[in-house]
Amino acid sequence: MGVKLLLDKADVPGIRTYEVYRREGGYRAVEKALKQMTTDEIVEEVKKSGLRGRGGAGFPTGMKWSFIAKPEGVPRHLVCNADESEPGTFKDRYLMEFLPHLLLEGLIVSSYALGSHDTYIYIRGEYAWITTILEEAIEEAKAAGWLGKNILGTGFDCNIHVQRGGGAYICGEETALIESLEGNRGNPRIKPPFPAIQGLWMRPTVVNNVETLAAVVPIINMGGEEYAKIGVGKSTGTKLISACGNINKPGVYEIDMTITVEEFIYSDEYCGGIKDGKKLKACIPGGSSVPILPANLLLTTAKGEPRYMNYESLSDGGFATGSMLGSGGFIVLDEDQCIVKNTYTLARFYRHESCGQCSPCREGTGWMEKILQKIETGKGEMSDIDLLWDIQRKIEGNTICPLGDAAAWPVAAAIRHFRDEFEWHINNPELSQTSNFGLQHYADPIHVPA
Amino acid sequence: MSEQTFFKVTVDGITIEVPAGTTILQAARKIGGEVAPPAMCYYSKLKGSGGKCRTCLVEVAKGSEKDPRPMPKLVASCRTTVMDGMEVKNITSEKVVEARAGVVEFLLLNHPLDCPICDQAGECHLQDLSFDHGKSKTRFEFQKRTFKKHDLGKNIQLHMTRCILCYRCVFTADQLTNKRVHGILDRGDHAEIATHIEKSLDNEFIGNVIDVCPVGALTDKTFRFKNRVWFLKPMDAHRDCPSCSGRVTLWNRGDEVYRVTARKDEWGEIEDTPDGKPGWICNTCRFDKKEATDWVIEGPRAISRASVISQGHYAGNVGMTLPTETFKAVNGGRTPHLLMDIHDESEVNQQNIHLGQIQGPSHGDTFNKTENAS
Repeated sequence: MGVKLLLDKADVPGIRTYEVYRREGGYRAVEKALKQMTTDEIVEEVKKSGLRGRGGAGFPTGMKWSFIAKPEGVPRHLVCNADESEPGTFKDRYLMEFLPHLLLEGLIVSSYALGSHDTYIYIRGEYAWITTILEEAIEEAKAAGWLGKNILGTGFDCNIHVQRGGGAYICGEETALIESLEGNRGNPRIKPPFPAIQGLWMRPTVVNNVETLAAVVPIINMGGEEYAKIGVGKSTGTKLISACGNINKPGVYEIDMTITVEEFIYSDEYCGGIKDGKKLKACIPGGSSVPILPANLLLTTAKGEPRYMNYESLSDGGFATGSMLGSGGFIVLDEDQCIVKNTYTLARFYRHESCGQCSPCREGTGWMEKILQKIETGKGEMSDIDLLWDIQRKIEGNTICPLGDAAAWPVAAAIRHFRDEFEWHINNPELSQTSNFGLQHYADPIHVPA
Repeated sequence: MSEQTFFKVTVDGITIEVPAGTTILQAARKIGGEVAPPAMCYYSKLKGSGGKCRTCLVEVAKGSEKDPRPMPKLVASCRTTVMDGMEVKNITSEKVVEARAGVVEFLLLNHPLDCPICDQAGECHLQDLSFDHGKSKTRFEFQKRTFKKHDLGKNIQLHMTRCILCYRCVFTADQLTNKRVHGILDRGDHAEIATHIEKSLDNEFIGNVIDVCPVGALTDKTFRFKNRVWFLKPMDAHRDCPSCSGRVTLWNRGDEVYRVTARKDEWGEIEDTPDGKPGWICNTCRFDKKEATDWVIEGPRAISRASVISQGHYAGNVGMTLPTETFKAVNGGRTPHLLMDIHDESEVNQQNIHLGQIQGPSHGDTFNKTENAS
């Protein structure tokens, strides 16, 4: 049983309400931070904790906070990115739905640390019922004196506003989110200037993921150094993983990043093995944008060492033989799944969600989708595989925001690891419409040169 | 701080000193020639433009004198400011050349390439760009996206099918006019430029969106299909206009004024007036003053010698080598097939004969077959 810092109280009945949350020791972090600590001390504590952004990129949070510009007389803002739209990721939804006060607590502490008097939660449009939950929680916190003017008599004012998005994946990108929050079309901005210098309404802004901000609460409660002891290497603390796909127990799990991928998939404490006793074929370990890995590369690294559920181990071997922890959207595919179809589905998603601002992403995502559809429907040609490879290479790194990369990586990884399956689809146009390539050699042990 | 700081920047091995805050693109344009990256969406007169088309991507091989690390990704030169001692690689970087070829391919993917019937042909930036960086073949074998033509008011037509979504017209409409009536609908490759529910654009300066459009998506309805730009003589002219500077270029054939545009510099951007303001022109000058007597003609407009406009015809031999081989040499002693004989008695009109069976004109395959056989 691993350590639980965020979800330890998730099973307490009525934890969604302020009374129960407070009775269970809630809002202690606010008391401690506002009364005993200076803003710099909080930032220092977060730096010491080694907390990395939980939204996907894994950028050290303390460092991000220390970048924020502090010009005289200009208000600063903290924005909570709750526009969780990555296929396969639903950890923030769970956190906000069941522990809304944990997020608020993290937000108040972080707002104090960053000097934000107006803090915004930008929530995905489809999470309509969670908006209500958050708004109720904010009212409760306000009534209890944790929000509003002069919190705990310290002279610190803070208000939290919830803004619903319009249902665009691109608004999860921080500058697009800021644009959308300002009431504009959600197009990512060209960086620099970074939000820490010119963000919301051209004021210094920090945009953090829901889970990141919630993790600030245990960091303040237990101290950054204690927090850093949990986990391994640069993957400190705990991480929420939303597991889905062909597994026995899909759901949100809190892990302390020291367990192996094998344990996470097969132990009864977590995913509980592959559904219906089937075999594992592949897995997308960190949300749809990260490279897919075949079973043999997922469970062990190219060096033959077991792979762990943390930032370093999952990205071991780079994109050639590794992947990323990303946002923790763990999608498991069993032997009956078709990689071509899976890649086509993802390509369709990115084509639909591309904002259309810069040309490589706007045109390239649509082109990749069309080619993948052609292959999937049995009309593919062998040259299409190389064409796909060439297109993704020309999108990656040449766009304004990471959506271009996110669209290119799944296609690249699918071709890199599952080229056989693409070729089989093209060589057997009729058979591929009725049957599946199956597991083949994708779970075979990899040869490790001594 | 009255003294301006100057930064040294090297583009493709050529060093130049520019004021701090200059973008790489502007520095490269100061050097001029091939060193200047192409730009489809950036327009120096429009605030916030640039960064979208990705044709101006360059490699920064050395960040600055203080921090010599290269930048990890290619950067949009139109939105990246220079640092002291920066070294930029444009046409000397293989990565840039490859990425740019990719961008051109992406831009042409859904572009109809209807240049033969497009009024922009001859002064189209996308045409220039594809000529310089594009390939003559396409790898895209699907249907292109198409849109219906729209009239934006009585003088402007929007042909979205040709649009490359550079956003220049959106910025123009935003910054020159006081009401926001013009924007982007939808997302991704189905995004389109539109006005609010087919509303017309009736601002006095809205005609300038035609001048900023790098392709033939926004065209002047008073000029559509009237003539080709390379048959016209551009003349600088002015008139005393109460609402704008009145400094224009007239496009004449003989005494007839075919169209009126603002004066554009070598980068296709509106020229400044002598008082340093951008020389946008009003709709009256652009659409209504089509008589030579309305204008005081200053003289012929200087147009780049390489342009088809100064050639007076389309397929020029500037910068191109005309084939020297004779038709006979190309054929290599083989007799070409006769062209299809189409008249009443011909087999072509007989229903039971498949067209493929009739001996048609010679093409690549015919010659290949002969070569293989021998």
